[in-house]
Amino acid sequence: MAAKGYKAAARRTLEHAPEVREAVTRATLHFDRNRERAYGEVEAEAWRDWAAATKRHTLSRLDRYLLEAERNLTAPGTEVHWAEDAKDAQRILQELVERYGVRRVVKGKSMLSEELGVNEHLERLGVEVFETDLGEYIIQLAGEPPSHIVGPAIHKGLEEIRALFHERLGTPPDASPETLAAVARRVLREAFLTADMGISGANFVVAETGTVVLVENEGNIRLTTSTPRVHVVFVGIEKLLPRARDLEVFLQLLARAATGQKIGTFVSLINGPRREGEPDGPEHLHVIFVDNGRTSVLADREMHEALSCIRCGACLNACPVYRQTGGHAYGQVYSGPIGIVLTPGLKDPRLAEDLGYACSLCTACADVCPVRIPLPKQILTWRVRSTKHAPATERLAFEGYAEVMTRPRFYRLSSKLLRLTAPLTGAPWLPVLGAWAAGHGALEPSPKSFREIWEEELDGA
Amino acid sequence: MRVCFFVTCLADQFFAEAAADAVRLLRALGVEVSFPRAQTCCGQPAFNAGHWDEARRMAAHTQDVFAGCEYVVLPSGSCTTMLRAYTPRLFEGDRHRYDAALDLAGRSYELVEFLVRVLNTESVGRGLTGRRLAYHHGCHVSRELGIKEEPVRLLEAAGAKVVPWEADQECCGFGGVFSVKNAPVSLAMADRKLDTLPEVDALTSADGACLLHLAGRAKKRGLAVPVRHVASLLWEAHRGG
Ligand code: SF4
Repeated sequence: MAAKGYKAAARRTLEHAPEVREAVTRATLHFDRNRERAYGEVEAEAWRDWAAATKRHTLSRLDRYLLEAERNLTAPGTEVHWAEDAKDAQRILQELVERYGVRRVVKGKSMLSEELGVNEHLERLGVEVFETDLGEYIIQLAGEPPSHIVGPAIHKGLEEIRALFHERLGTPPDASPETLAAVARRVLREAFLTADMGISGANFVVAETGTVVLVENEGNIRLTTSTPRVHVVFVGIEKLLPRARDLEVFLQLLARAATGQKIGTFVSLINGPRREGEPDGPEHLHVIFVDNGRTSVLADREMHEALSCIRCGACLNACPVYRQTGGHAYGQVYSGPIGIVLTPGLKDPRLAEDLGYACSLCTACADVCPVRIPLPKQILTWRVRSTKHAPATERLAFEGYAEVMTRPRFYRLSSKLLRLTAPLTGAPWLPVLGAWAAGHGALEPSPKSFREIWEEELDGA
Repeated sequence: MRVCFFVTCLADQFFAEAAADAVRLLRALGVEVSFPRAQTCCGQPAFNAGHWDEARRMAAHTQDVFAGCEYVVLPSGSCTTMLRAYTPRLFEGDRHRYDAALDLAGRSYELVEFLVRVLNTESVGRGLTGRRLAYHHGCHVSRELGIKEEPVRLLEAAGAKVVPWEADQECCGFGGVFSVKNAPVSLAMADRKLDTLPEVDALTSADGACLLHLAGRAKKRGLAVPVRHVASLLWEAHRGG
C-alpha cells in the first residue's frame, strides 16, 4: 500500500494540518470524559450487557423483525422500500423526487446517506440540498465529508469555521460563534420553509410498533421530518429494535455513550405520515431499508456483532489513533475502530490490509462500546485475514522470527550477535523492533542480556 | 514458593538489569526462582501483527518450556496478557494446545500482580521516599487484566509519590507492528504522552516496550525523561529500607 489509503493520509494530516490533531484531540477527550461521567451515574455495565444481548437477539432474527416492522410501518400509510445497494437506493430516491416534483431537499444528519452518495445523486438530478445539522452544514459549505459519526465537523477549529463563513456567507472575519450559528440558522430556516422533501436517517426502528426513532440536539431533524410535504427515511436493516419498551434503555445509553447526556435534547418518534386533523407532519412518509453490504457482514461469523453498532461515536472518542488525525485519514464514511471493522465487510475485504493497521490494539474502544462489540478482536481478525497478502518481506521477517524463537540455541546466538552489531543494524531478527528503531534512533540493548547476568551472577545464588 | 521466571525476549535484551532486579526482589521476599533456559518469546509480536501461524509456533514452544512450573512470573504486562488472554484464542481448533494454553494462563502472573495478589505483599520497603514518579499503565495489563491499582499502591507504600497524569492510561503508541506501519501516528501518540507528562524523577511502567518507545521518542525530541522499569524501582525500594 504505497502513498495511498490511511497510511499516507495520516502522515499528510500530521505533517501539513497539525491543527486537525489539536481540534480532534480536544473534542474527543471532552466527549470521552462526559461519557465516562455519564456511565458512572448509572448501572452502565448491566445496561451494556442487556443492550448487547438485545441487539444480538434482534440480529439473529432479523428477517422476522424486518417483516414485522414493514407490516407495522405500512399500516398507518408509510411506504416501505428495500434497497440492496447504493444504486438501488439512488434509483428509489430518484423515483420519489420525480413523483413529487422535488426541487429542494433539507437533510438531517445521516451517515447512511453518506454511504449511499445521496447528496451527489440529488445534485446530479438538479435538486438543491441543505444539510441542516450545524456541523454537517459547515462541512457541506467546505465541501468535505464528515470526520466523525456524531460530530461531523470536529476536525475544524473556530478560526477555520470563521474563515469559511466569511468567504461563503459574508459574515465578519471575527464573528462570534453565536453570530455564526445565527447566520446559519437564518439560511436553514428559509430552506426548511421552502423544501419539498426532508431526508433523514433513523437511530432505531421499532418492529413492534413501526416507529421511526430519531435523536438529536439541535431540533433540525424535527423540522426536517415535519415541515416538508415528503419525508424520506434511509435506514440500515440492522437498526431494528424489537419492542417499544427497549427504547427506555437504548435512548439513554445512546446519549450517555455519545455525549454524556442523559438523553438527546430532541427525541422524535414517528408513526406514519400526517393524519387527518393533525397540524403538522409530512403528507407522505417513505422508509427505505438499505442492505448495502450488511447481509454479508451478518453472514460473517467473526464480524456480525459489528451490526449491533448504534453509531454513538464513543469508540472514536476513546481511540488514541483516531485522536491524532480525525476521520478523514481513513478515507471512508466510517472511521475509527468501528470504521476499521465495518468498512472491509461492507465494501471490500482488501481494504483491511491498510485500515487494519490504523490501530495500536490498545482496546480502549472495547471498554466504552455501549453494545459491547469486540472491536479490537475483530480488527485483529482482519489482520489475520490480510496477512496472506502481506508484503513478502514482512512474511519472511515473521517466519524468520518464529524460527529464531522456537530454537533456543539460535536465540542465544542471536542475542550475542545483537550485542555486537546492534549499533549498526538494530535488531533485525526482531522484525518489529528492527524497523521501529529507524523512527527512534538506534536501539541500545542492555550491556549484558539477562541470560548472561543469570549465568554469571544469579544462577545457583 | 517456587516460581519460573519468564524474562520475555524484549526484557532479556533491553531491560536485562530490571529483569535481574525482579529476580533479586523475588528471592529477597523468600521466593525460589528458576530460569528455564529454553524460553524465548511468547509470540505476541506475531500475534498482534496477524501472523498467527508463527505466533502459534512460539506459543506452543512457550507452553512446552513452562509445562512443569507452579507459577510463571513475567516482568512484562503485555506478555502476561498474551499468555492469559490471547494465547487460548490461537488454539481454538486444537483441543490439546487449547487446554495447555488455559492451564498456563492460570499459572502466569505479571511481577507486580504476583507480589500483590499471590504473595499479598503490601510493601516491599520504604526506599523510594520522596521520589516523584509517573506511572504509565500498559493497555493490555490494565484493560484486559484489570491491574491498575496494584503497582501504584506498592510504589506509594515505598514512599514515592505517584503524580497524577491525565494521560497515564492512554496508549503510548507503540503497538508493535503499528509503530512500524504507521510511524507518524505512533509518534504523535507518544508526543501526547510526553507533552502531558508532569515533572517527575522517573517515568515507570510494567511494560518495557512502552518505556522504550517513550524514551526513544523523548530522546529524539531532546527531552530529558528518566525511564525506570517498575521492577528496578521496587528492588530499590526494598534495598533502601
Ligand atoms: S462500535 Fe460501539 S462505540 Fe463505536 S459507534 Fe458503534 S456502538 Fe458506538
